[in-house]
Amino acid sequence: MSSETITLGQAVAEVHSHGSHDAHGHDHHHEESFLSKYIFCTDHKMIGKQFLITGIIWAIIGGLFSVLFRLQLGYPEATFPFLEDLFGKWAAGGRISNEFYYALVTMHGTILVFFVLTAGLSGTFANILIPLQIGARDMASGFLNMLSYWFFFGASVVMFASLFIQTGPASGGWTVYPPLSALGQASEGSKLGMDFWLISMALFIVSSLLGGLNYISTILNLRTKGLSMTRLPLTMWAIFFTAVLGVLSFPVLLSGAVLLLFDRNLGTSFFLSEIVVKGEILPNEGGSAILFQHLFWFLGHPEVYIILLPAMGMVSEILSVNSRKPIFGYLAMVGSMFAICILAFLVWAHHMFVTGLNPFLGAFFVLLTLLIAVPSAIKVFNWITTLWKGNVRFTPGMLFAIGFVSLFISGGLTGIFLGNSTLDIHLHDTYFVVAHFHIVMGVASFFGMFAGVYHWFPKMYSRFLNNTMAYIHFWVTFVGAYLIFWPMHYAGLAGMPRRYTDWSNWQSFNMFADMNRFISTVAMIVFAVQLLFVFNFFYSIFKGRKVTSKNPWGANTLEWTTPITPGHGNWPGDVPEVHRWAYDYGKDGREFIPQTEPIGANESKH
Amino acid sequence: MSGYFILAILGLAFILTFQIAKASEYVSVLKGEEKSFKQNNRINAFLMIVFLVLGLAGAWWCNELFYNKTLLAQPAASDHGEKIDFMLILTIAVTGLVFLLTQILLFWFAYKYQFSERRTVYYFPHNNKLELIWTVVPAIFLTLLVGLGLFYWFKITGDAPKDAQIVEITGKQFNWMMRYPGKDNILGRKNYRLTDASNGNALGVDWEDGASHDDIEATEMHLVVGKSVQLVINAQDVIHDVGLVHFRLKMDAVPGIPTTLWFTPLYTTAQMKEITGNKEFVYEISCDQICGSGHYSMRGVIIVETQEEYDAWLASKKPQYLTVKEAATPTPAPADSTAAVSVLNASKPLAQLK
Repeated sequence: MSSETITLGQAVAEVHSHGSHDAHGHDHHHEESFLSKYIFCTDHKMIGKQFLITGIIWAIIGGLFSVLFRLQLGYPEATFPFLEDLFGKWAAGGRISNEFYYALVTMHGTILVFFVLTAGLSGTFANILIPLQIGARDMASGFLNMLSYWFFFGASVVMFASLFIQTGPASGGWTVYPPLSALGQASEGSKLGMDFWLISMALFIVSSLLGGLNYISTILNLRTKGLSMTRLPLTMWAIFFTAVLGVLSFPVLLSGAVLLLFDRNLGTSFFLSEIVVKGEILPNEGGSAILFQHLFWFLGHPEVYIILLPAMGMVSEILSVNSRKPIFGYLAMVGSMFAICILAFLVWAHHMFVTGLNPFLGAFFVLLTLLIAVPSAIKVFNWITTLWKGNVRFTPGMLFAIGFVSLFISGGLTGIFLGNSTLDIHLHDTYFVVAHFHIVMGVASFFGMFAGVYHWFPKMYSRFLNNTMAYIHFWVTFVGAYLIFWPMHYAGLAGMPRRYTDWSNWQSFNMFADMNRFISTVAMIVFAVQLLFVFNFFYSIFKGRKVTSKNPWGANTLEWTTPITPGHGNWPGDVPEVHRWAYDYGKDGREFIPQTEPIGANESKH
Repeated sequence: MSGYFILAILGLAFILTFQIAKASEYVSVLKGEEKSFKQNNRINAFLMIVFLVLGLAGAWWCNELFYNKTLLAQPAASDHGEKIDFMLILTIAVTGLVFLLTQILLFWFAYKYQFSERRTVYYFPHNNKLELIWTVVPAIFLTLLVGLGLFYWFKITGDAPKDAQIVEITGKQFNWMMRYPGKDNILGRKNYRLTDASNGNALGVDWEDGASHDDIEATEMHLVVGKSVQLVINAQDVIHDVGLVHFRLKMDAVPGIPTTLWFTPLYTTAQMKEITGNKEFVYEISCDQICGSGHYSMRGVIIVETQEEYDAWLASKKPQYLTVKEAATPTPAPADSTAAVSVLNASKPLAQLK
């Protein structure tokens, strides 16, 4: 029985009672100063929490920005005097100015894609889960790990500062295509704000690389005895592939950012050629504006999977634990993630079908893009089969995991439209795209993140989140997400372009005023419910119901063999040894069999 | 004042929710965690099925509300657009089936296999046959979609017919400028360094090139119904995009890299007014690539008309070269500046298509 292993572990802990049992030789019983415990901390669990809380703060800011521009879109005629009180010239007369609108849209995208769903999602769970699930004391390099957070913090400070400069933050869209982003004459946001954006992204990329290298080396090298790669929980595989994607693609964006900084400040012409802006004839010739798009999307597309894969991994784990049933097709799940990881590098130009890209070249990108639908379909069917004949417990984590699958299907299927270049000619840069990527990459990944937070909160803070608030949070967010984004497909099928502040002067697009008002109203309600979640999060850290057993969900993985509040080093005694894969749920009539339990003599094979 | 009122209500709602949440947690502890877990599980399982039913009904209703506002309700105005519409309907049908199948299974299983003490789960870690089926079946459907998609893609992006009319369209913050090649059907050479809007040369045409002398500039695009047109697309400052929703087409306008797009308009503006039942109908050119603070207002107009109407319109226009020359005759000064930079003339192969 598993309880025997645990008792044994405790006995060992008692024998070793103080110090010395830690692989680092680090004594975690002595009083740490505030600075070393909470700020310059090398404990992966604390760094994970730092990523998470910074991510939450950014999510509130990024979400609030969307509420502000939805005010403009939903109520284009109305004035809101409080906006002028808050933002001065940016909302003169209580109406959001065009520059402000584009700055809000740009910052909303940048913040949510990079600072929340990259750092806040994979940063958080990679840090918290890797050592705990592979049975390691800490990351391969605790110091690099700490640097990874502090570079992210630095990037955050620079980006946050850019919100307050006189000409405003970057406003050329989160993809910052030059020449718009290269020429201060072309837009207010392309003045100082754009330099801040690029510097912040450069710091962010350094943070991602430091983190990613650490995740890869930790997963490859520090697995406990018996934990072969094929016994890893799917969360670990997902985070591993995520890190590989990040390490190989982020440097390309860095090169793009640096070249753009050169074009902006040093008079080079990497992306500029034959430009007349506001009557001024520029000397730059020979550059290619499209080159930047290649550099951007060579990261930008893998970035989508950097965001999505950790969510997929966590959802797989949570679905299996709460269906009390093994994940269906473990190897196919790993294989499909591997396929997605490879294909992610080969599809970037599907964002560029209408840039004048060679149509012959485009054809390969169509083929490779639609190929991704195959591993995606495998994953969806495997998740659904995991539920089949299970015994489903609707914990808040499970609800969000099921919501993830639903959203992933809805948003994934519209990808089959956009990846097909023939349809992309029509649908490119319309609201169809907005609906597609918000559902599949934005909301779905958020659902994966929420599932993870609800599921592992007991491990992080030794307390539970409040269930009632969690149920309200889930149902309002889930219904709200569909109410917001489903109708947008129709606006897209009417050809309505994205990034328009106002459609009233257009014959072709002025018929969606009611829809926009509806969407804006729902968006505000959904945003308010996210604040309820944030409240629940912080309240429960201090006042939540206490966790009373080591393994509250009855899960197999190693993190649930640590003490309720693990110290630095995670296990007080020896690191546990692994004897089986992570998904022996409902086997031989037993509800669950932890990974630490040796294979029994009469155990059935699978 | 009403703002504070709303804030107060929101605050109260928050506190109320919190108190209820807190109270229900105490109740669950009193009742026994086991019992309240089962109750919550039943409620959430029921909500899953409610969500499925209301969700599908909602999707139907949404379609009723908005279908007629989309372009699916009106015929495509170009030959390429008809292909794209067919492809679109086919893709909607295929993905729609998958959508229904998977969503129904997902929520139905969640409801059906909700927690019960009596249930023993079926240990089912993998099944090669099943996995093979759902690898191969999607692959077949995707091959179909890719194949047809690429077939159309090469037709649409292929070479324009030899007799296609050429129109140049240039985007700048925040409007569109058109140029017609005139009788010789050759667009005059351009050099961006010659751009001088105040002296009638907003496009930077090189007047030294004789082919430019009969070129006609306009702010609206006029096209002939049933006659293929090839657009030569330029941008002066930042990237724009020529969005032609009714023709179902678009193509980026990139500074320094001319692009092209060709199609055949099928209906005149007047015909489209009848088809759509909208007396105000007009073919619009929307900028579909963010280009600065006025992006949303970068609107152009296309008038599709009969050959006679088009000829009459063309005859009413005077070549830009003549306009500029007449304006320049009293003061010969601008000619010098043109001469000074003419050394830099770069020949633009695309500007002389044909």
